[in-house]
Amino acid sequence: MNAAGTGRDGVLLRAEGVVKHFAVGRRWFLPHSGAVVQAVDGVSLEVRRGETLGLVGETGCGKSTLGRCLTRLYDLTAGRVEFDGHDISALSRRQMRPYRRRLQLIFQDPYGSLNPRRRIGSIIGDPFAIHGVAEGRERTRQVQELMELVGLNAEHYNRFPSEFSGGQRQRIGIARALALRPELVICDEPVSALDVSIQAQIVNLLADLQSELGLTYVFIAHDLSVVRHVSDRIAVMYLGKIVEIADARTLFERPRHPYTAALLSALPVPDPDVADARQRILLSGDVPSPVDPPSGCRFHPRCPKAREECSLREPALEARGGDSPRHQTACHFPIAEGDELALAAHAEPPGAGA
Amino acid sequence: MSTLPAELFETPPFDLERGIEGRSPWQLAWERLRRDRVALACLVVIVLITVIALAAPLFVYLTGHGPNEEFQTTGLTPEGLPRGPSSTFLFGTDSLGRDVLVRVIYGARISLLSGVLASSAAVLIGVLVGLVGGYFGGFVDTLLARLMDVVLSFPFLLFAIALVSIVGPGLWISIVVIAFFSWASVGRVVRGQTLTLREREYVEAARSLGAGDLRIMFVDILPNLIAQVIVYLTLLIPAAVVFEATLSFLGLGVVPPTATWGNMLSDSLGYYRVAWWYVLFPGSALLITTLAFNLLGDSVRDAFDPRGERLFRR
Repeated sequence: MNAAGTGRDGVLLRAEGVVKHFAVGRRWFLPHSGAVVQAVDGVSLEVRRGETLGLVGETGCGKSTLGRCLTRLYDLTAGRVEFDGHDISALSRRQMRPYRRRLQLIFQDPYGSLNPRRRIGSIIGDPFAIHGVAEGRERTRQVQELMELVGLNAEHYNRFPSEFSGGQRQRIGIARALALRPELVICDEPVSALDVSIQAQIVNLLADLQSELGLTYVFIAHDLSVVRHVSDRIAVMYLGKIVEIADARTLFERPRHPYTAALLSALPVPDPDVADARQRILLSGDVPSPVDPPSGCRFHPRCPKAREECSLREPALEARGGDSPRHQTACHFPIAEGDELALAAHAEPPGAGA
Repeated sequence: MSTLPAELFETPPFDLERGIEGRSPWQLAWERLRRDRVALACLVVIVLITVIALAAPLFVYLTGHGPNEEFQTTGLTPEGLPRGPSSTFLFGTDSLGRDVLVRVIYGARISLLSGVLASSAAVLIGVLVGLVGGYFGGFVDTLLARLMDVVLSFPFLLFAIALVSIVGPGLWISIVVIAFFSWASVGRVVRGQTLTLREREYVEAARSLGAGDLRIMFVDILPNLIAQVIVYLTLLIPAAVVFEATLSFLGLGVVPPTATWGNMLSDSLGYYRVAWWYVLFPGSALLITTLAFNLLGDSVRDAFDPRGERLFRR
């Protein structure tokens, strides 16, 4: 592992009030035309060296956008991102280059993230070429080493992406991300496009690589069971905000936010008796549009516990009701210990069955 | 049970240095093109025309007739009319007693040169402009897209006549005019493709690795465009050949006495009743050349068709 980072208290990445708004339908000659999508709206979090932070939420909640903001693929609308104690939120592309080596991204789509017209060897060799690290035979050797590291046959060096399966392609993407020995890797739904049988292989590969190379992960997914398996801590996102963040174990055992509880109750359970006995919290309605998010707590229109206050005042993300500071919830009325979520009836809209 | 043939178990010769090599899109396209009889025939015709054009001085040597040499006695009838095809003049002679065969061959040089040069220049400009506009978007894109619209809406012949009346006719000015009127259509296609390609995840991946704009444009985006560009090039060449012929036909292109197919056709107009060979041979040369390039272009497009990812026998 990297001996004690220079960042204070072992924090490798710190985000403070990160905001990312997208203008849709805006033309360059009409600066105020179109609408604004509030994809990420004030997210603060810390990633400590060597840990895995899981980031979950429904499709469209802004988790991928947050990942791209953290790696500065997107410019921030507001807020700051610190990497290893350095503010990288306002760096130009040129100034960002040295950080690119230490901060990498693994993409969701194993088909879209590899250029179909280029051979695997040159795709994995890209990081070396861009940063001018290894040349010629030395590069070939290093690329083949990487291919073996991620469990690919190094002889397939001269093949094209279309000749590989989804799982193999994801390994190629991982090899490319690891080429320059980064410290932090942001995995943007690395397994959600893969078959379930392949998902486990890739998750285990990522775990092995973490211990072997001392990596720090931000693991983005919409599947809680995958995140639970790999994460030390988990942050739950809803409509561009973090609604709850806690140690993985705590989050699964004592969720505080009704949204987290609803997500957890939707997890499949292998034991049918347990599954029958368990209360499912069905959320009514769809996720509201991030163009025009609800007032107050963004979850209140769908929340079974919502009261008037929820639509007026936005809850802060903080430790609630005697939780440790590591467990923070953004909810005015968090679920208390022994609080039977007698919500299922309420949550299921009348006539919505079938 | 019958035994399987032994060659099934033989592994192909394996080069450790190169590893197991996948076939590139080029190789796949070439495989498909090779099975296309029309494409092969067109390719043969094009190669033949090119070789003959390059070997033009050889024909001068063989026939003993220079391209601009006038044979007042042997090449014209006593009435002063062109002579028909014979053993001395295989394609007959023209109104000045020049050998039509040698002139058609020399005309091929002009046609191919201007066709290839003008369309290459057009493709080069079109790719650059389209790539820059599509990749950077915003203001730059709007500017370049409107520029292409303007060029496409220009009346070609009026512009050519105006320009030639200022600069004077010639081969190079024809090439410039043709390139100027052809690049915008390539630019549009490239821009449209670039607009979609730049949103691909692999472009984002390159950016996250720290690649610069130039590298992304030329290493990540351009290879995905090249197939279409090649198709466009093969279709632009015949168009440029016809453009050049049009210009010289109107007296705006290469100046007489240099032989071009357009010049010859325009000279022959007064004689088509008495000298069919005078019209037929340069006209056929033009037709065959453009037809071969156009058919080849169609086949190349089929060969690069992404729907034919795998190799099928027709």
